[in-house]
Amino acid sequence: MWEQIRANRRRSAILITAMVIMLALLGCAGGYALAGPDGAVFGIGAAMIVWGVQMAAFLTSADSILLHGAYAKELQRDDAPQLFNVVDEMKLASGLPFMPRLYLIDDPAPNAFAIGSKPDNSTIAVTTGLLHRLNRDELQGVIGHEMGHLKNRDVQFMTLAAVMLGSIVILSQIIWRMMSLGGRSRSRSNSRGGGQAQLILLVVALVFAILAPIMAQLLYFACSRKREYLADASSAQFTRYPEGLASALEVISQARVPLSFDCKATAPMFIVNPLAAQGDSVSLFATHPPTSERVRILRSMTGASLADYEAAFRKAKGAACIGSETLRGATPLAVRAPSEQGPIQTREDTRAQAYRAHGYLSVHCNCGLDIQVPEGYERDTIRCIRCGSVLPVPTVAPAPETPAAPGSPLLYTRTRQGWESFRCACGRTIQISPAFAAPFIRCNSCGRQIKIQ
Amino acid sequence: MIGIILLVLVGVALVLIVWIVGAYNGLVRLRNQLENAWAQIDVQLKRRHDLIPNLVETVKGYAAHERGTLEAVIQARNMAVAAKGVAERAQAENVLTGALKSLFAVAEAYPDLKANQNFMSLQEELTSTENKVAFSRQFYNDSVMTYNTQIEVFPKNIIANMFGFGRREFFEVKAEAEREAPQVKF
Repeated sequence: MWEQIRANRRRSAILITAMVIMLALLGCAGGYALAGPDGAVFGIGAAMIVWGVQMAAFLTSADSILLHGAYAKELQRDDAPQLFNVVDEMKLASGLPFMPRLYLIDDPAPNAFAIGSKPDNSTIAVTTGLLHRLNRDELQGVIGHEMGHLKNRDVQFMTLAAVMLGSIVILSQIIWRMMSLGGRSRSRSNSRGGGQAQLILLVVALVFAILAPIMAQLLYFACSRKREYLADASSAQFTRYPEGLASALEVISQARVPLSFDCKATAPMFIVNPLAAQGDSVSLFATHPPTSERVRILRSMTGASLADYEAAFRKAKGAACIGSETLRGATPLAVRAPSEQGPIQTREDTRAQAYRAHGYLSVHCNCGLDIQVPEGYERDTIRCIRCGSVLPVPTVAPAPETPAAPGSPLLYTRTRQGWESFRCACGRTIQISPAFAAPFIRCNSCGRQIKIQ
Repeated sequence: MIGIILLVLVGVALVLIVWIVGAYNGLVRLRNQLENAWAQIDVQLKRRHDLIPNLVETVKGYAAHERGTLEAVIQARNMAVAAKGVAERAQAENVLTGALKSLFAVAEAYPDLKANQNFMSLQEELTSTENKVAFSRQFYNDSVMTYNTQIEVFPKNIIANMFGFGRREFFEVKAEAEREAPQVKF
């Protein structure tokens, strides 16, 4: 989608410039109102430092900031092989050069989002509610949609907007607080002639401080809803199976479970509007087009190419969607048959995945209960809550023939065929999957090699 | 007067050069993407070949007397590894896909095998590898389509002809085996 990529690049540049100007004005007005002309210069300087910090945060750790707010945990390939395979397939189909990192959010609401500041530093996060509701084709459709966002650079622009929004709000709150605490006393000591100008500037500063968050929000939601349609079209092209995404969107919107954490700042980045389940769906500030509309367009497609999506879109909305340059080479493509589905992952399996991602030790009791021991559990035994028997928490033992000195080799003996977790001598929990076949594993915290038998 | 004309000419020449460089680089990028996609197909096919021995061993543990199917799979795999040339490889890969399908159909009758963790993860890996082969072919064809369009569209086709960017072929699977409907035996 060349037009969308160019438009996003342009919008990013405009956003950065607008931010610089707005921050400078805000800092100048605030500084002047607080401490006169010197204050204005200081205010601009402070605002520029804030902008610099913003950009640094955006370029280096934007996704970790936003993921932290969602309590997301990184997944390894072993934890969720099917998900990784699906993402791999979509990476091949879309031609994305780098594999995005995958995060799991332990939340019953089904949803997914993609964030990242650069194409090679992107992340896709899914909720556990999504993993146990969708089959393989639907999951592929959702991941294809997120890949579409990554390719069109929507994700980079949205992440930039989210970081800027956060810092604008923080800065205006700081100014507001400083003003209400006692900046006014200093301005009275200036000459009487400048008193009226001072008052006007004070009002300007106040207005700015109130308007800044509202302006930032408007800027945010004014991002076109068209990008969701374009991502849908990309997904249909990558998967060659628009029905997958259509039924996934239906499942997600019918679930009607709101997300358990505050997502106002990141709402535009989800695949389906997460605020809709809380009641706010179609309005001027809606971040996504209505899901029923998207499903209708996808289901009325006669083929799987961009040209087919464009035709379906025109029929449903009477307007153009994809630009002509992208459509130029798009010949009609056939829809593939639905793939054979294995069973959908159960809720218990998804919960186990979430536990593993959070680093819990899984201890199996003979009465059938699987006990999840949190990381940092100090003792060597734990009591089963169902039958009362005392179970040992699996830890490594020092290898025979050598004393337990730091740096000496450690040994762990496997007790069963499935997932196993045990504690290293440094306290960190390590999990090994059923498919793990190597003789050694390295602890990530202390770096020691542990022999597995 | 002459100075102004000269300046304008120099300006136009500069713009033209910048455009030519941009167009050439764009075509080079597309061509490299194409060749990378072609290499990807090889990577995925090789991955499939590597997964098969493990699968056969797992199935042998539970269904040792299904000798015929297992041997067909191994044979098909060895032929696919040894095949050379695009048409022969496409043919061999299709035969292998057919053999794998019959192996999985056979495995349906052994509930112990189906529940085995190893078998389940191998089945997922193989399904995924089949999908990846299909998607890498798909991406190759999409890249070929974009590339061919770019070198034929009016302003850029001059650059393409000047620097020798040729049209590329699609990866078509012309094997007859693809068009056979699977036989249902009673």
